[in-house]
Amino acid sequence: MPPFRAYEHLARLALLFAAGTIVFLVVRWALVPADYGRFGPYRANALTEIQARPIVYAGQAACVDCHTDVAEVRRANTHARISCETCHGPLAAHAADPAVAARKPDPRAVCAVCHLPDAAKPASLKTVVFDDHADSGPCTSCHPPHAPQL
Amino acid sequence: MAPDRRTFLLETSKLLVLTAAAAAAWDYVVEGAPEQAPGYDDTAHWWAMLIDVERCIGCGRCVQACKAENGVSLESQYFRTWVERYEIDPDDPEHPRVSSPNGGYDGFPPSQRPGVKTFFVPKLCNQCADSPCVQVCPVGATFQTRDGVVLVDKEYCLGCRYCVQACPYGCRFIDPETHTADKCTFCYHRITKGLQPACVEVCPTGARVLGDLKNPQDPIHEFLRTHKVQVLKPQMATHPKTYYNGLDGAVR
Amino acid sequence: MEGVQGFMYPNEMELQWGLLIVLYPFITGLVAGAFILASLERVFKVEAVKPTYRLALLTALAFMVVAPLPLQLHLGHPERSFEMYLTPHRTSAMAMFGFVYLWYLLAVLVIEVWLEYRKDIVLAWQRATGVTRLAYRLLALGSDNVSEEALRIDDRVGHFVTIVGIPSAFLLHGYVGFIFGSLKSNPWWSTPMMPVVFLFSAIVSGIALVMLLYLLTGWWRRVAVEMVCLDTIARYLLYAVLIDFSLELLDLAHRIYEADESFKSLDFMVHTRLFVSQIVLQIIVGTVTPLVLLTTARLVPNARVRRMVYLAAGLLTLVGIFAMRWNVVIGGQLFSKSFLGYTTYKLVFATREGLGVSIALLILPFVVLAAVIRLLPPWPVRPHAG
Repeated sequence: MPPFRAYEHLARLALLFAAGTIVFLVVRWALVPADYGRFGPYRANALTEIQARPIVYAGQAACVDCHTDVAEVRRANTHARISCETCHGPLAAHAADPAVAARKPDPRAVCAVCHLPDAAKPASLKTVVFDDHADSGPCTSCHPPHAPQL
Repeated sequence: MAPDRRTFLLETSKLLVLTAAAAAAWDYVVEGAPEQAPGYDDTAHWWAMLIDVERCIGCGRCVQACKAENGVSLESQYFRTWVERYEIDPDDPEHPRVSSPNGGYDGFPPSQRPGVKTFFVPKLCNQCADSPCVQVCPVGATFQTRDGVVLVDKEYCLGCRYCVQACPYGCRFIDPETHTADKCTFCYHRITKGLQPACVEVCPTGARVLGDLKNPQDPIHEFLRTHKVQVLKPQMATHPKTYYNGLDGAVR
Repeated sequence: MEGVQGFMYPNEMELQWGLLIVLYPFITGLVAGAFILASLERVFKVEAVKPTYRLALLTALAFMVVAPLPLQLHLGHPERSFEMYLTPHRTSAMAMFGFVYLWYLLAVLVIEVWLEYRKDIVLAWQRATGVTRLAYRLLALGSDNVSEEALRIDDRVGHFVTIVGIPSAFLLHGYVGFIFGSLKSNPWWSTPMMPVVFLFSAIVSGIALVMLLYLLTGWWRRVAVEMVCLDTIARYLLYAVLIDFSLELLDLAHRIYEADESFKSLDFMVHTRLFVSQIVLQIIVGTVTPLVLLTTARLVPNARVRRMVYLAAGLLTLVGIFAMRWNVVIGGQLFSKSFLGYTTYKLVFATREGLGVSIALLILPFVVLAAVIRLLPPWPVRPHAG
């Protein structure tokens, strides 16, 4: 075994590496978020952060809560299972504060989205060529929007 | 070794071990317990989605609702969900014509070609049970929750794009504002409050249905039992939880 | 969207990994290859290449230091990149690679360079004054022991480090290949051969680079290069190119024969969007031409002409290997995973991920190398006991 003096420089190198490792471990302990690893290899608080995102669409139930009369009208007709927000757009702001206006959709454009014919649409969907069907008035002049089947 | 040096080394090691133990204990105390949405037990659910290709009319409401609900950029390269239209010429079934103008956000122009087999296919994250995107994330910024939804932690993601490369379905993208990965979350912030995902909420034909595979009363069980249902790219063995009814073999 | 042909999933139209990610395997490949050349002398006792030993080590170190930069610049959040060391996700090849890089840099390269240069550092420390004196003292870790016994121990430890370094170099660049090759989502990348192909192309590029540097530094210093050394390096370069080319041909033959679902789409891509970079630059200019040059050089008696041939072969090889990285990284993102369409890579000049930054990143390692050579001259070379 050679005298310590001969490999003393290697001991200094080893000490430097050991010090570096300790610094790394300390930094790691300081910086890794406390909730990391609680449920798996991720930050547990990310779950709550994602869940806390505010909603933009209110959901059917919120509409029916107040507009029971409209719900009643729709119940017996073909649009019964279509959500209000499909045509009226996002309404969470309105549901939270009724003073915020709800959008009234354009009474021809919104119907065209579904009811214009297209070969790719399933045959079960009733479609009609708008130009042949009636003059260019709004669909709602004959079809009440919440009970469209005449 | 000189006794002074030996004592010094012994004392230093003792100090280091005690410090490490104290740090671990302090960590445990400080960590606390994150609060979930009140009343939501994530071990009681296992979320899946049912897409009925035979009902989709390509109206694009789902794409609009998703972008509005989740604040997705309106640019045409970033979609959490999108709709594709297939046109399959009977003379050339190997080469379907597929289009997705702005992801189907504004619907589709009318089909031009007669005699062609044509249908719509909505696409979204398949929330794979064996997700390759989760596997490759270097830091644990994307993960699968205990209720089966794959989420992205935007505060932790580095934006390395490895997960985007790993997804076989093209479901992921990098949010141009936050520079982190993003994808469909089944509207996790809604389903944990008992609401439907935005795309399911606004679909006028019921082509999209959220299912809870852990709930024995959920209609998805009966549906899966009585219909011929497929997943996308089953050979990838990612075990997607988005099931397609009426999926044509030509769908990529 | 313009530049898109056919159908691509909407999220696929923009490429995720651009020129910076082409640069990264190119630079780490040069590191691994230069180190393998250095180990030829240190471990495999190929005495002829000894004049390039130190130069190869310093080259590896200079390029290794620059290697993380393209990665940092491409991240969405570079300030969070340290998370890979704090909370590495153990199933992620990319996370594990962070530690492979650290191991190779610290436990192999830095130690080997330090042991090789320790005597010179101590002598320089004793000769220097002022700040330079302090710098050399720090480099020596404050130890001035250069006795015969200490140097003999350095040699033995250095030898051991090189032996450990060879599989470490294989791991360093094989891992980069694995990061691509293990993605089942991408048929252009997904193959068990990817780490092997990357490794051998790395060896090719590293040997070519050191050969070029030896030629160019000799010319710069107006010192004659040893033709035995140069001829030997060129011989090893030829062997490496032959192996690398065989591997690539094997991959190609396999794809054509198997003709799986991705084949038609990839074939079309190679013949159109990748024609210049793959057929012309990688294969013809970057592999076949250097092969011919290196083979015929052995028949050329005139040393000056042989040097010109080696210069050309080395440069063309580097172009070819760069093209190979381009074809793997960019090529893997030009086609749709639906196999129904293609997109284009839009390279701009003046952004964080643009051409300007890439050119700067290619120049930077040479600047670092020049600085390191000033600090730790690779000439003259002292004998190794083995």
